[in-house]
Amino acid sequence: MSAASPTIPVDTLVPVEIHPDVALVARAKEGDTAAFEQLVRQYDRQVFRVAQHITQNREDAEDITQDAFLKAYEKLDQFQGNSKFSTWLVRIAVNESLMRLRKRKTSKTVSMDENVQTDEGSIPRDFADWSPNPEQQFGTSELGDILRKTIQGLPPGFRTVFTLRDIENLSTEETAEALGLSVPAVKSRLLRARLQLRERLSRYFRQTKTEGPKP
Amino acid sequence: MTCTDFLSQLTDYFDGQIDAELLAEVQGHIAECHHCHVVLDTTKQTIEVYRDNEIYDFSPELQSRLHATIMSRCREVKVR
Ligand SMILES: [Zn+2]
Repeated sequence: MSAASPTIPVDTLVPVEIHPDVALVARAKEGDTAAFEQLVRQYDRQVFRVAQHITQNREDAEDITQDAFLKAYEKLDQFQGNSKFSTWLVRIAVNESLMRLRKRKTSKTVSMDENVQTDEGSIPRDFADWSPNPEQQFGTSELGDILRKTIQGLPPGFRTVFTLRDIENLSTEETAEALGLSVPAVKSRLLRARLQLRERLSRYFRQTKTEGPKP
Repeated sequence: MTCTDFLSQLTDYFDGQIDAELLAEVQGHIAECHHCHVVLDTTKQTIEVYRDNEIYDFSPELQSRLHATIMSRCREVKVR
């Protein structure tokens, strides 16, 4: 309680902006559920999106979102203010999602081959420009279908890296930490994820005039 | 710079983590090689189209349902 005293000596004040989440976490640690509720409201969409992207399953994503927030709440004391709360939360959601994925893998014995290769195995084959751009070619719902279908086809390991790095905007280092991978491994998977996704999307978006007659 | 060299620099190029000398080489290659220019451009569009489109439904109904469950479970933890 004494740590929250408002009389901080002036010379210890650092002109570093404190993230508003830090204050919310501090209040939540003191038992203020309204403060935690605010954090839930801020990040529920992001947590759900990460879980849905990784598991590709709606029910799993709902469960994971609930479990991740509960786990965060229970482990609030372990949150170090030196990382962003959102990053910490995403890391919990990723762990929950990967656990769910592994469980499903063993129970259904569905092959989820991650085919991790570090060489440049996926040299792009499609060199056609996209006309004029994906948003202009399709309606929102049709584009959504295409985007879901193409990301679903990626190996889970690539999909996860792409989601954290490119959709959730985590840094390469944060992504590596969340997945327990080395930075070079993240970079390698990210390259392959981006190229594979590009290749898949090319089927829909390429400019027909530059590729001649369709097969 | 070969097309394979270019490809190996693609991730660092997107992330802006490439030193000036290499950057000049990459830009030089893109200027000359149409294939790599297209790969660069369409890969950029791939990232953008995913970033800009919310592809999974997160309705207000789902949100309030999740929200209610999360908070009631949290309060349970506190009570114990
Ligand atoms: Zn080239």
